[in-house]
Amino acid sequence: MIEFRQVNKYYGDLRALADVSETIAHGEVVVICGPSGSGKSTLIRTINRLEEIDSGQILVDGIDIHAPDVRLDRLRSSIGFVFQQFNLFPHLSVLRNCTLAPIHLRGMRAAEARDRALAVLERVGVADKANALPSQLSGGQQQRVAIARALVMEPPLMLFDEPTSALDPEMVGEVLRVIRDLAHHGMTLVCVTHEMGFAREVADRILFMDQGFILERGSPREFFVNPQHARTRRFLADIRSPFPSD
Amino acid sequence: MTELIRNYGVYFLIGQFPHGPLGGLALTMLLGVAAVLLALPLGVLLALARISRRRLLHWPATAVVYVVRGTPALMVIFWAYFFLPALIGHKMGQVTTMLAALVIFNGTYFAEVVRAGIQGVGRGQMEAARALGLSHAKTLRWIVFPQALRNMLPSLVNQFVATLKETSLASIIGLQEVSFIASQVNSQVVVHPVAIYGALALTFFALCFGLSRLAHVLEKRVAVQRLELPQADG
Repeated sequence: MIEFRQVNKYYGDLRALADVSETIAHGEVVVICGPSGSGKSTLIRTINRLEEIDSGQILVDGIDIHAPDVRLDRLRSSIGFVFQQFNLFPHLSVLRNCTLAPIHLRGMRAAEARDRALAVLERVGVADKANALPSQLSGGQQQRVAIARALVMEPPLMLFDEPTSALDPEMVGEVLRVIRDLAHHGMTLVCVTHEMGFAREVADRILFMDQGFILERGSPREFFVNPQHARTRRFLADIRSPFPSD
Repeated sequence: MTELIRNYGVYFLIGQFPHGPLGGLALTMLLGVAAVLLALPLGVLLALARISRRRLLHWPATAVVYVVRGTPALMVIFWAYFFLPALIGHKMGQVTTMLAALVIFNGTYFAEVVRAGIQGVGRGQMEAARALGLSHAKTLRWIVFPQALRNMLPSLVNQFVATLKETSLASIIGLQEVSFIASQVNSQVVVHPVAIYGALALTFFALCFGLSRLAHVLEKRVAVQRLELPQADG
């Protein structure tokens, strides 16, 4: 479904992505983790071209997403993207946030878009807030609306860029539950996260990044029990112990 | 005072119309409204060009904004009066000349107001809309502009008021707008300068104050909509 071929990206002298090659299969749930600044957010943002790349190719369903003549808006409408900071539209109600894309991209009638949006909001458990403004919602609710906003377009692929990092701890669970539910329904998911429990439980595969390289790739069992790289072992030790060794 | 109003009231309001060109308060308001209606779109275009990453758009727009903003309104009117005809090859009417000057001058001010309003909308908003698949134009229309408009409402109204006041400069090039009429009346009546210029001042004050109040009400309504929209469950 997604294929990275020798992808490189630089921010000035900093190599944000270093010869990244990877294939993500249809229906696969992939978690990307790694220390901050390792390139994981950059990587996921290149999949729908929120970030440009400097060399290489990224194919989504066989289409080169960084080709100059690609119909980017059309492609993006079939790739759901969820941001760390939610980025809901603050001047629109929850419902309008969710009907905007179906109405203006698919030409769907308002009533139909509304029904569909309500169904999706129901699924993520915030249908009762349909007429509220985003600012009236808790962080967890906002992020679930953001997921609903993406889901309304029925994308075969969803990308999550640290979806729980901006949340208060007690709201992390409700958001992860929604993502877990999507994973169990066979959607292709790529998720950047620091939630290792979630990664272990839901991921088919974990990619570990450091300094722009994918250092480790494997099943959660391989990753947690038998990591190959010293850097991975140190990362795991640091996030597990409340008193990391220096 | 009543005699003044009886003799010169209509002249003050509409100038020599219908026996001559429209003037007076009517011309002032017409100039002000037309200038705002034309300067605002110009400002939006200049602002978009200023924000654009394309140098061919960015640099000329930036240069125009800086040059015009660094110039008194009076100079711009003189330019329009003396240079514009030479530039376009034929004479323009006084109203057109003044309107052109006002539009160019205020367009650059609107440009900065609009630019600030647009840039005040977080980058994440643009990203979220684009990630959904909305085009750049649709993102501006549905996501950025509505939020920017709320940000810039107070500054916009400031500029409306400024535009209205600048119409009084039209008397420089012989346009019979309301302040021109006032000085005409004064030179005929001679003995009531305080009353005449007092009336002029009051007229401008009423217009500008009314605009400011209207803006205040609008702002409040926007704020209320934001805060007190009923919750779905309550």
